[in-house]
Amino acid sequence: MKDAPYAAAESALAGEIAAAHEAGEPVEIVGGGTRRALGRPVQAARAVSTASLSGIALHEPGALTLVAGAGTPLAEVEAALAREGQRLAFEPMDHRGLLGSSGEPTLGAVAAMNNSGPRRIQAGAARDAMLGVRLIDGRGEVVSNGGRVMKNVTGYDLVKLMAGSWGTLGLLTEIAFKVLPIPEAEATVMLTGLDDARAVEALSAALGSPYDVTGAAHGEGRTLVRVEGFAAQIAHRGPALARLFSPFGKAEIVSGEASAALWRGVRDVEAFHGREGAVWRVSVKPSEGPRLVSALKAQGAFAALYDWGGGLVWLLTAEEGDAGAALIRAETRARGGHATLVRGSAATRAAVEPFEPAAPGIAALEARLRAAFDPKSILNPGRMRG
Amino acid sequence: MQMPEPEARILSRKAEIVARLEAALSPGAVIHAEEEVRVYECDALTAYRCPPLAVILPSSTAEVAAALRILHEERVPVVPRGSGTSLAGGALPTADSVILGVARMNRVLETDYENRFIRVETGRTNLSVTGAVEAEGFFYAPDPSSQLACAIAGNIAMNSGGAHCLKYGVTTNNLLGVTMVTMEGEVLEIGGHALDAPGLDLLGVICGSEGQLGVVTEATLRILAKPEGARPILLGFDENEVAGACVSDIIRAGVLPVAIEFMDRPCIRACEDFAHAGYPDVEALLIVEVEGSEAEIDDQLAKIREIAARHSPREMRESRSAEESAAIWKGRKAAFGAMGQINDYMCLDGTIPVSALPLVLRRIGEMSRDFGLDVANVFHAGDGNMHPLILFDANKPGDLELCEAFGAEILKLCVEVGGCLTGEHGVGVEKRDLMEHQYSAADLEAQLRVKDAFDPRWLLNPAKVFPLHVTAGRRMAA
Repeated sequence: MKDAPYAAAESALAGEIAAAHEAGEPVEIVGGGTRRALGRPVQAARAVSTASLSGIALHEPGALTLVAGAGTPLAEVEAALAREGQRLAFEPMDHRGLLGSSGEPTLGAVAAMNNSGPRRIQAGAARDAMLGVRLIDGRGEVVSNGGRVMKNVTGYDLVKLMAGSWGTLGLLTEIAFKVLPIPEAEATVMLTGLDDARAVEALSAALGSPYDVTGAAHGEGRTLVRVEGFAAQIAHRGPALARLFSPFGKAEIVSGEASAALWRGVRDVEAFHGREGAVWRVSVKPSEGPRLVSALKAQGAFAALYDWGGGLVWLLTAEEGDAGAALIRAETRARGGHATLVRGSAATRAAVEPFEPAAPGIAALEARLRAAFDPKSILNPGRMRG
Repeated sequence: MQMPEPEARILSRKAEIVARLEAALSPGAVIHAEEEVRVYECDALTAYRCPPLAVILPSSTAEVAAALRILHEERVPVVPRGSGTSLAGGALPTADSVILGVARMNRVLETDYENRFIRVETGRTNLSVTGAVEAEGFFYAPDPSSQLACAIAGNIAMNSGGAHCLKYGVTTNNLLGVTMVTMEGEVLEIGGHALDAPGLDLLGVICGSEGQLGVVTEATLRILAKPEGARPILLGFDENEVAGACVSDIIRAGVLPVAIEFMDRPCIRACEDFAHAGYPDVEALLIVEVEGSEAEIDDQLAKIREIAARHSPREMRESRSAEESAAIWKGRKAAFGAMGQINDYMCLDGTIPVSALPLVLRRIGEMSRDFGLDVANVFHAGDGNMHPLILFDANKPGDLELCEAFGAEILKLCVEVGGCLTGEHGVGVEKRDLMEHQYSAADLEAQLRVKDAFDPRWLLNPAKVFPLHVTAGRRMAA
């Protein structure tokens, strides 16, 4: 935006990237540095920090819109939103606990990795909340796309293309988000003791109900379904879901902060914190989640957690050999899904492709797009697939 | 509307091209007689017409691929077409182009309630997607007002929205995967059944690319469980500004209605004359609809009444039954028909930040006086997507041109206040020449490079989205 507090910083960074392009010198884009151990180690001699791109340029609570610099700490954005009773509805995961990293996660990283938590099933992903971006491409040119309004089909949607591109198409400088009100109340309807297959059946039943479920997870013997809204709505929907669950067992209703704590745990994959081993993130059809896990368990030692109604599976396995890569990829692909290595040593991440390899036609298209945005491959080279 | 000169080398090879297509496709899939291709000379933007070279109506992805391989080899431009309901001229042919219509591909391929998706061929109409799943209590959320006729193919090309997208999002938020055929005839599977896909978000950039990156033949769409019920409240105000402030306060208060529709006085009057919905005599009218159980709806409507009461409404009419709901919606749903009864009109589609609403409405009123053409405003207020209807007389020489100039000024105003040229209809040919008001040369160049990556010969849906002078170099070189 014009007059953004980081406008001068954007120009300076564009100059820096243009010089790197000229010299053919790769750079690693670094925000808060909390997720540098995710993905392939970047092959770059130096880092470019987004710290100077910090600040909220606009927050219009009545229009549900926030525009901020990519280097703005996520905590600062969330605090500013909370003061107006609002939030980023896609519930981005904090990776520090899982990766054992420190630092402050930034807004740019949330966008660049399309970081979406449990509420993805109802409120959409980070990419769905992103209304506009500004970026510096691999030539050092500043490009703007989208805007700050909720409905916009003017030209190609490069906003989505940037979401989840891990900084390989451009250095994000500014992101406009759709934000949502924080509901008055929340409650979690909890079942215990179900096996994985039965648990996902229960989650499917809840997601097929009219109660607008905003979280559906299973792990550690607990099956959780969240509803959010006005207090009177929650008083209706919580018991209605408990009744729906009666074929699966007696449900307990947890509300308020205790409910919120449960979902922070799901979001941040808390059950795997402090446990040794490689961590994989798998996407499949929800009904295939338990089948995938039981096929894997028949062939090795795996612990599993489920989110997104069973469609997002977190796997913990020993970091030996290929850290389970070949087996996990084969079983996942057979079910039409894909797998990403989220935690592994640098050696593992250099030896194993952390991101799901692409089919040939898609790989060629992705390569052409990368060349279009970054002809000399200087932005985060090697970080993502391709 | 300026279109590229048709290429003589294509026009002169029509017979050979038609013969090759006929050999590759099922009998009856190629239309080339002059009087028959005329049916495809325009879409819902009827002011511009041009019969295509030929029309093909393939019945499968394999046929689409076979046809595109031939057309790529022959270097013939291709205009993909769903149901032809584009208001922006998104399916306007050029004389040397072949229309590729997906209308014969309308099967449901898979429904999966457990995993909440449906896979369809893209010639299927929007409403019939919901029709295929509603018996099981599900629906497909995007609901453009042309949903009875419009095809999923066009919805994906234009990233269509609808009245309910404040809560449920637009097409891109409800699309999980597609089968897309490239101009070279290669079949690509993009996305899948999961809530995220590996690699770059190709699905995100294909959706809304107006058929310029590939031909989408199959789509996997999210389906959602139907809410228990829904009911609207009608609110009338003495001033547009006050109605705008009320919208903002409702949103801030944490009520997330499924729809907030706004109508101004000229529109209310026309609807009253046409549909006799019993609307109050006010400057501005809001229809706010909420969902949930009966008790939840009562509770949310009570909150909305409380907020609205602070803005001294002239009228608050809460629906208590399905009949009353239908009565409240009757006028709004008849709005476009009503305007069509009294005049020719041009429907705009700019989006603005909700906060700019009072300013924009005031400026439109001033411009209306300057241009001497009346405007009625009806729009999705919750998300700032405006639909000003400019009234003109098509039989009066110069009136269409005047109307277009006025429309362009309104859209420039939308951009000026932080909004955009089009919220849900798409750029097509209609707003092509305004793109430089919204985007810088570098912004447009980045989009053109995406087109280069998907369609290096620039054959798909020619002359749409970008001003011709911006793409001239690429089209010549290709």
